[in-house]
Amino acid sequence: MSELTIVVLRLAFIIALWVFVVAALIILRNDLFGTTVISRGSGKDKRREQRTVTSPEELAKMRTDPEAVATSLVVTAGPLKGTTIRLGASPVLIGRAPECTLVLNDDYASNRHARIFPDGDDWFVEDLGSTNGTMLSDQQITQAVPFKSGAQVRIGRTVIELRRGPR
Amino acid sequence: MATVVTYQARTRRLLLAALTVAALVLGAGALLMVDFGRRDGIQPETLWEIGIVSAVALVLAGVVAVRAPFADPLILPVTVLLNMVGLAEIRSVDLVYEEFTRWGHGFSSRQVMWTGIAMALALLVFFIVRDHRTMRRYTWITGAVGLAFLLLPLMPIIGSASYGARIWIRIGSYSFQPAEIAKIMFAIFFAGFLVSRRDTLALAGPRILGVTLPRWADFGPILGAWLCATAVLVFQNDLGTSLLFFGLFVVMLYTATDRLSWLIIGAAMFTPPALLSVTKLSHVQRRLECWLDPMSSANFANCGQINNGIYGLANGGLIGTGLGQGRQDLVPFAQSDYIFASLGEELGLIGVFALLMLYGILVQRGLRAAIGMPDGFGKLLAAGLAFSIGLQIFIVVGGVTRVVPLTGLTLPFMAAGGSSLVANWIIIALLIKLSDAARRPAARTLDKASAKKVEEATAA
Repeated sequence: MSELTIVVLRLAFIIALWVFVVAALIILRNDLFGTTVISRGSGKDKRREQRTVTSPEELAKMRTDPEAVATSLVVTAGPLKGTTIRLGASPVLIGRAPECTLVLNDDYASNRHARIFPDGDDWFVEDLGSTNGTMLSDQQITQAVPFKSGAQVRIGRTVIELRRGPR
Repeated sequence: MATVVTYQARTRRLLLAALTVAALVLGAGALLMVDFGRRDGIQPETLWEIGIVSAVALVLAGVVAVRAPFADPLILPVTVLLNMVGLAEIRSVDLVYEEFTRWGHGFSSRQVMWTGIAMALALLVFFIVRDHRTMRRYTWITGAVGLAFLLLPLMPIIGSASYGARIWIRIGSYSFQPAEIAKIMFAIFFAGFLVSRRDTLALAGPRILGVTLPRWADFGPILGAWLCATAVLVFQNDLGTSLLFFGLFVVMLYTATDRLSWLIIGAAMFTPPALLSVTKLSHVQRRLECWLDPMSSANFANCGQINNGIYGLANGGLIGTGLGQGRQDLVPFAQSDYIFASLGEELGLIGVFALLMLYGILVQRGLRAAIGMPDGFGKLLAAGLAFSIGLQIFIVVGGVTRVVPLTGLTLPFMAAGGSSLVANWIIIALLIKLSDAARRPAARTLDKASAKKVEEATAA
């Protein structure tokens, strides 16, 4: 084999090696999974399109837990942004005190700030006499009010959303 | 305005298959180029080597696709590629010895055999370990077995020392480094141990010089690990193994507790034994001198390996001499300890950077699996295994390129040596298994009764 061919092959090999590396990096970039916080309204987020490719039936087969509607609390703003709490049958206490279910590290929150509790299938939010108040969809609440999924509760700098969906 | 989105991981079987084939094609190309460089034509034994490795690798990819469908698609192909490039380099070293010293070694045929064995053992992992959480039950047993493996080279008849370090066992003509296997055992043991103790180990204690130290009562575990590491250093005379084990423990401790002070304490604790080894052990002392100033007139004659390695890297330059064109026979251990210098000579700076990128991707994928892990044990195990690979690469490549003193560790998947290949392929199998668990949607533990109910419900 001629000298020239070997030189060409040699360079081609190094280029091919790098093509593999770059392909791996691209795959790595497109292979996001898990929970993440994205900002809404800042143009179309391409990552949305890659939600599920596996069909729901196939997913159901791999699941080890019952198909059921679960409700979770999701923190969408504030220091705890991205935190999710799965709601069961017990009420959730929110505030700065350590015994709270969701402990806020926020100077604008009170020790025992608000409570979120179930009544049948519905969830309610109630202010526990906090100093700075609790806002539901920008309205200050004075008594227990229904907390619908998608509505936002603001406590100090923290915004909490209720989400319903299959587990 | 922010919103929380959950992305579901997908099964990436097709991608896994495509990447594995691409890795095999690239690796085969590397092996054939060695033939063209040294022999002017394709040799039949090269085709055999390619055939054997490809067959086993494809079977392994098939098993991954079936047993771990949600596994990370990059881990296996990247490892296969690194292994194949290592094989090509070892073959090149073999042929250069035959050409210039008329004295063949047969490193490459042995390496092909061990690659096959290592991949087969990795395949077995998928059948033995159905759920990684079962490994937690054997925390103390794996710890004890790991310790036994680590101390095996000190046994009278089978233990064997060469080049200053007593880290091999020799049975007949076969030699083995049990520390490589002990590495996996210890990662499992540390993960199981730390996941149950991490809450106490994270408690804050006295504050000294602006650093919040842990409580004095919690120093027991790290003291134990330190004693083991020092014992390895004193009785086996090997700084690399000792550093690898202690580093693994300290980093897993840091991962478990999220306390930076443990890292500082770990570094402070390891300094005295390291300094002791430098002053007391003659071969470590020589390595330190060769690290600091290998080309001075006083050291030049003693530091032939380091110097020739650097000359080899320099000869490779930016794009290398090309596979099968280097003179690796001038460096001792060009096929094992110094394979990085051999690769640097033949692939050049651009080539070895690609390889380092591949190693980086491998470690990153392991750490990513750790982040996505739903249980603490798996999280710690994945982080520990990924870190052990990363630290080993750093120590070896750093040793060859004079960033840190040279030690006797091996470059994972590349250096010639059966124990290293077997251990690292088992680690890869575990990481693939763990990444599958990390990415599988809604995998939660249920008690047996309700799990059975679900099974019946989904079957109906």
